[in-house]
Amino acid sequence: MNSIILSAIWGVLMMFCGVFLKSKSTPKYIAILGVVIILCLNVLEMISNKSLFTFNIKEMLVLDHFNLTFISIVLICTLIYFLLSGSEIEKVGPHVGEYFALIFFILCGVSIAASFNTLLMLFIGIEIISIPLYILTGSDKRNLKSNEAALKYFLMGAFSTGILLMGIVFVYGGNPSASFYIDKILLGSGKMPILIAVGLLFMMIAMSFKVSAAPFHFWTPDVYDGAPTVFTSYMSTIVKVAGFFAFIRLFEHSFGTMQDQWQKLIALIIVLTLLFGNITAVFQQSVKRMLAYSSIAQAGFMMFAVFALNDRAKEGILLYAAAYSLATIGIFGILTKMEDYTIDGFNGLAKKHPLLAFTATVFLLSLTGIPLTAGFQSKFFMLLAAVENGHQFWIVIVAVLFAAISAYYYFKVIQAMYFKSSNETENQVSSNSKSFNIILVLIAALIIIIGIYPEIIIGWKYR
Amino acid sequence: MAAFCCFIFDKKNQAKNLAVTFSLIITIVSIATLFFLNDTKFLNYNNVSYIWLKYIGANYSLGLDGTGRMLTLLTALAFPLILIASYKSEVNKSSSFYGLLMLTQAGLMGVFMATDALTFYFFWELALIPVYFLCSIWGGEKRIQATFKFFVYTFAGSLLMLIGLIYVYLHTGVKTYEDGTISHHSFSLAAFYTVQLSASEQSWLFALFFIAFAIKMPIFPFHTWQPEAYNQSPTIVTMILSGLMVKMGLFGVIRWLIPVLPKAFIHYKDIVIVLSIIGVIYASCVAMMQDNIKKLVAYSSIAHIGLMCAALFAMNEISVKGMMLQMFNHGINIIGIWVCVEIMERKTGVKKISELSGLAQTMPVLTILFLIIALANIALPLTNAFPGEFLMFSGLYNYNKWFAAFAGVGVILSAVYTLNMIQKVFYGSLNNKTAEVKDINWNEKFVLFFIVGIIFFIGVYPQPILELTKGSVTQLFEWVK
Repeated sequence: MNSIILSAIWGVLMMFCGVFLKSKSTPKYIAILGVVIILCLNVLEMISNKSLFTFNIKEMLVLDHFNLTFISIVLICTLIYFLLSGSEIEKVGPHVGEYFALIFFILCGVSIAASFNTLLMLFIGIEIISIPLYILTGSDKRNLKSNEAALKYFLMGAFSTGILLMGIVFVYGGNPSASFYIDKILLGSGKMPILIAVGLLFMMIAMSFKVSAAPFHFWTPDVYDGAPTVFTSYMSTIVKVAGFFAFIRLFEHSFGTMQDQWQKLIALIIVLTLLFGNITAVFQQSVKRMLAYSSIAQAGFMMFAVFALNDRAKEGILLYAAAYSLATIGIFGILTKMEDYTIDGFNGLAKKHPLLAFTATVFLLSLTGIPLTAGFQSKFFMLLAAVENGHQFWIVIVAVLFAAISAYYYFKVIQAMYFKSSNETENQVSSNSKSFNIILVLIAALIIIIGIYPEIIIGWKYR
Repeated sequence: MAAFCCFIFDKKNQAKNLAVTFSLIITIVSIATLFFLNDTKFLNYNNVSYIWLKYIGANYSLGLDGTGRMLTLLTALAFPLILIASYKSEVNKSSSFYGLLMLTQAGLMGVFMATDALTFYFFWELALIPVYFLCSIWGGEKRIQATFKFFVYTFAGSLLMLIGLIYVYLHTGVKTYEDGTISHHSFSLAAFYTVQLSASEQSWLFALFFIAFAIKMPIFPFHTWQPEAYNQSPTIVTMILSGLMVKMGLFGVIRWLIPVLPKAFIHYKDIVIVLSIIGVIYASCVAMMQDNIKKLVAYSSIAHIGLMCAALFAMNEISVKGMMLQMFNHGINIIGIWVCVEIMERKTGVKKISELSGLAQTMPVLTILFLIIALANIALPLTNAFPGEFLMFSGLYNYNKWFAAFAGVGVILSAVYTLNMIQKVFYGSLNNKTAEVKDINWNEKFVLFFIVGIIFFIGVYPQPILELTKGSVTQLFEWVK
């Protein structure tokens, strides 16, 4: 509860900062302070189960240990994101306070979407996440590409929201209990009634759109490419994993008993997502676009959690949230410093900026899923979950073959950094401060720690 | 032991000396374990075990059995030899070079010692990553494509193996820890050995595991990464790849494949033997046509590994004993050959056989030593490979005469190309490239004499190695029954 209320309040506060504070760098510090406070209070709620605010919410939100852990991970990632890329946010445009405010509103939405217990709350949460994102995508007002991306995102997003609402209505109307509460949708174990089936299909489509799973992924590359790079980094990590968390929660609680009836569809989505994401990423020349496509490919792996829906899958999604967000935030952080976004722009980075190159290598290895990094553990748990689930075994083999393909494009960047030489005179990296480097090393260290000892994240279950 | 290998990674100056010293220390330690803990009952592990991921039943546990001990000994011997032999050759960025080498050694040691499936997988990959960087940074012109091909092959293979490991893991029994926590399954080797799987499950799991191991060995038709990778990597790394890393594949079969999936093993063994023998003949034929000396050695290595794999899958006592012996011998011999090749390449600057001739006049010592090692490689009596190959062939013959006959063709071919190469390189008249080279230095002499010493010692008295692995062999047969 703390995180929902406080992030909303802090968002409003940040908006006023934009009005009253003349200095451009102050909002960043206030924002960092805000995240720290919210994080502390959230952890407090996790440990002692006490909240500063108690309302009679009629169980429309459920804040159990699992959800709160997820929110904490999101908050930690946001904090790291602010520390790493805060100064880049300042460069996007004049309305610095507002950008931070919008991110706080997204956090509020994420907290709701992670803990919803009724279909309405799901809808509200998803919308609170989406609307600030449309604005952030278009925040680079003078850039035509940014405008185009924002418009495209908004139109497609609005459409998918409509489909989500439609799905909710069908499910509401179709279930005998006529309830919005996700665990009160009485389905039994027989064949799905037709209304529920239609509703489920609509909701599956809408959620797949939000998490950019194929074949509903077509907005992703353009939007990620067009949006200012700092915001792409946030969109493709935290917002995406939050979408997955909501997806899993919805399907586990409301449709879990009919898993065998919709599982094949999810399997199909996984294969398509992996196929589109990986194959197109192979051919990209721009690192930013490559990361956009690879984030589709990673979504395919995260879909395994929806596919399997067991304990391992829940642990896996937590690990994936942390591993994927950290690595992607890190790599985007480096990308924002680069002058040239193409792969050739990374040539010979290891000679001039060994630290940047080394940390980037750790992030890319983690995204590939090499042991000793967090990325391996998350992929490992996903595979474990899928095999444990026992159905559709072939899909696991397909997934690892695509994981091997993903090594190709991630390693292309590593090869460029280490094994190719660059033009000596050209300046590859714009301003590169000491604190930035420290944060990068911190992220890399976190990735390796999680890779060796993942229980710091999944230990919630056993306390 | 492996744990302390890992700590060697940080070193700045004089990395080379440090690397040599540490690898010597590791050698001494591993020889010491050989003497003090030499009660070779199979699975009598000198266990190191830490609880790692308690709730999914994965431990960080290491232990040694006969095979593992033999291979760790080989690794520990090989590294100082390699480092001393290449002591004179300069590498730039030497600290990271030797650091990565040591990391590779840690990975290899870990693979040979792991008694927990997840630990095994970790080290399996840990051995791969530093090699990828070593080859890509310090390799030849086409290094990036060559090593990348190598990387993607092995990575895909090991991911398939990971699925296999997960599947077996999910069929293991409950594991209870001392403090009462319970995990439903376990990754430990003992649990893997007791798992009950149906024949059809075993047969596709076999495919998943075997592809990973076959790529590593490499067995025809998974060998295509190898000649290019050997040719393009720096020779030090090639020595490690061919002398030690290929053993990972064989070791994986011995420890993780046969005992876990015995039914599938019996079902598939003929197919594997046929593939291996095709590999032997094919590689030998290609080797005959090679002009590039490094590629020739690479193909001859494929042929030898194919023979070992065939002997292992023939699965009778004689052939497996021979295979164990030959694993050790091949490691020693191939390193010896690579050392010589590296010296020749460094001194003359060419790696084409047709451009070398008459080296015997300028490098007499090298010629004699190389001749001995090469003859050992084609298994002349008195050399170490003779008892190994003799045992393997008599085993294969007992299993199936035709297999032995075809594999025998490979040996004849290997004599053809080896002697042909020696004749062209060392004899004949001098040309401008070979006229001015000097003979080998003290450190190279030391290494080569040492290797030749081992060759003769084992050639005359192979008993120690056979004794060391005897326990493992008998245990292996019990699993198959």
